[in-house]
Amino acid sequence: MYHKEKSIQIKNSASALYNNLGVLRIAPRSLTYFTVVHANVVNMVSASWDGLNYSHRQLQSKEPNVATSTSLIMQAAFCALPSRDLLVVTSQKGIQIYESDGSTMVYWHALDIPETPTAQAVFARGISAVESYICVGVSSGAILVFDVPSKGSNITLSDVLKGHEKSITDMASECSGSQECIADLISADDRGNLCVWKSGETFQRFNNIPGFDMSCTSVKLWKGTAVAGYGTGQIRLYEAVTGILHAEVNAHARWIYSLDIAPFSGLLLSAGEDSLVRVWHLTMKPESLSVEVAHLHNECVTDTQICGAKFCDGDGYAFAVTGYDLSEIIRYTQS
Amino acid sequence: MSVRTLPLVFINLGGEMLYILDQRLQALNTSEDNSEKVMNDIVGTMFSKDFMDELIKPQQLYSHRTLKTVLTRLAHASIMRLNPASMDRLYELMVMAFKYQVFLCPRPKDLLLITYNHIDTIREYVKHTPVVVNQVDETHRKIIEVYSSLPEGEFQLLRQTLLIFFQDMHVRVSLFLKNQIQNPNGRFALSTSGPVPHGIDVPGLIRMFDRKGREVRRCEFPTGGSYSSPVREGCFELHGDRVIRLGMNMYTINHPEETHTSKAPSVKTDDTPNLLAKEELNLLARLMGSMKAENMPETGFWINLFTTDQEEEEEAASDGAEESLFGVINIQAMQDEQVATELARIAGQFAEGEETPGNLSSSKGDDLLAMMDDL
Repeated sequence: MYHKEKSIQIKNSASALYNNLGVLRIAPRSLTYFTVVHANVVNMVSASWDGLNYSHRQLQSKEPNVATSTSLIMQAAFCALPSRDLLVVTSQKGIQIYESDGSTMVYWHALDIPETPTAQAVFARGISAVESYICVGVSSGAILVFDVPSKGSNITLSDVLKGHEKSITDMASECSGSQECIADLISADDRGNLCVWKSGETFQRFNNIPGFDMSCTSVKLWKGTAVAGYGTGQIRLYEAVTGILHAEVNAHARWIYSLDIAPFSGLLLSAGEDSLVRVWHLTMKPESLSVEVAHLHNECVTDTQICGAKFCDGDGYAFAVTGYDLSEIIRYTQS
Repeated sequence: MSVRTLPLVFINLGGEMLYILDQRLQALNTSEDNSEKVMNDIVGTMFSKDFMDELIKPQQLYSHRTLKTVLTRLAHASIMRLNPASMDRLYELMVMAFKYQVFLCPRPKDLLLITYNHIDTIREYVKHTPVVVNQVDETHRKIIEVYSSLPEGEFQLLRQTLLIFFQDMHVRVSLFLKNQIQNPNGRFALSTSGPVPHGIDVPGLIRMFDRKGREVRRCEFPTGGSYSSPVREGCFELHGDRVIRLGMNMYTINHPEETHTSKAPSVKTDDTPNLLAKEELNLLARLMGSMKAENMPETGFWINLFTTDQEEEEEAASDGAEESLFGVINIQAMQDEQVATELARIAGQFAEGEETPGNLSSSKGDDLLAMMDDL
């Protein structure tokens, strides 16, 4: 179904972090941007679709002052807003927002760090754009909502959402493009709890889907269905606003590190520490008001704990994978 | 990231260090008295209450340089002396062993079982000295108290912090290559068969439910691997069967060539910046300060743990016996001054770092040097 393509070499290896691959497709320029986090650096590659041109850039985490040690980056993700695309980088010290090509930093938000370290680590993790907002999760369980203007750097913190008691692991917005969805944002935490929100001037929490004391490491929202990957290697599909469980898959033998959905085709990608990437197909079943999942394809990245896997386009024609200690982005295309 | 890594790092790396030292001391026919003394001194210092208390404070995991400095100091808490080249190779071995264990750790929580495997063996090494056994037990209890109740997500964060720390290290170790747990390119082998970790379901099943929560369909999918049910869970108490074997001593007495290392091809050089941040210097000072120095003995003995490259070439050429692979033990009188100079040299490296930009006050650097001279 898929075959391996030529990999893209990156300047550093990928770190073992959840969802460690960012992809942004720039159709007008026939380019795709990729981001991979390595310790305190984000490696950016801009790849032309003809496979002939690759340009690299590195972004560093911002240090508040020289006396402190380097700040490790937890996640880097592209945010597609109605009128602009931005790149968000979250670290132990704060949140950096760049223009999507990484050329300029347009905003910096410092986290509240206590003077003496407490037993609870402090960091920001979990990034999603919804409407004209960028939402970022924090280790305390709070979600920071930033209001982003259509251009310029006048980004403001407009809300702080409380719904989680454990560190946020991942967040996602409704990706089907449908305007009728009741809820358009989902957040996940280290206890496996999922919160479902509706964005607006004031965000509303619609539902809370409890977990089983096992981290939900990656989450997606598609046509009102929450798709969540867990440290048990399982994928669960829920109806987001009601919490009704549609399906449960014993998908991987180790922790799942990344999920992605191709919104136009309903293809689902899952990847884990067990070195396997799996492709599934989601089908809406309106007659029974449920969703079904079918397995399509496996790829094994030998001896590699995968940390990022994303489709490169909305149909799922191609996908890319990163692995811990690997200095390349591996690509697969449909045969 | 995680602020709880240091105790586990030191116990596991220290444990690996002791496994290798034990193998070497035996291979070099060191007297039982000397061997026991070396073990007791190192273990006693590593598991001292003061040192452990410093490690347990929530703090970041800093650089390899700081870690290596403290581990060198730990090794030198005994009457044994290691030359810098030996220490470098020893450090590589220790780190690669721990990296392997962390990488293959079945569940993040099993990091504790790996740590307990190290503690169990350490306890064996010092079993004839009740005072030190007591220290080990006390530390073990403290670890159980602090870590047992952490959720899996926190352990995974800890594991991710360690993996970032070990990133890009691909030193090839003879024993690992021989046992095929490491590939010739330096990467560890990851199997897609065998028992799944405890608490995980064997992959391959899809279950679908109706709106009332009743299972209406199940089907299977090909996993591309051959997984089986999990084995029983290891014991997290002070004593017990840990079940997993990661963290147990892999080295055997009669095969010193197991610890040969070589850099993987196209290895990246270490490009960490020379300056240490103020936070890191503070940690280093606290850790060094918490290791009480015994009265420095008048005689110690040097161990050349690993041959230099030149000796290896000569060895390969002459096809000699295994015994000649190790250097000579030189009994050498160690003066207090020599030790103090060594430490001052290490401290001096950090003083250079202090001069670089910003807010680091020079008086802080002076205090640090003074503290080290006192050790």
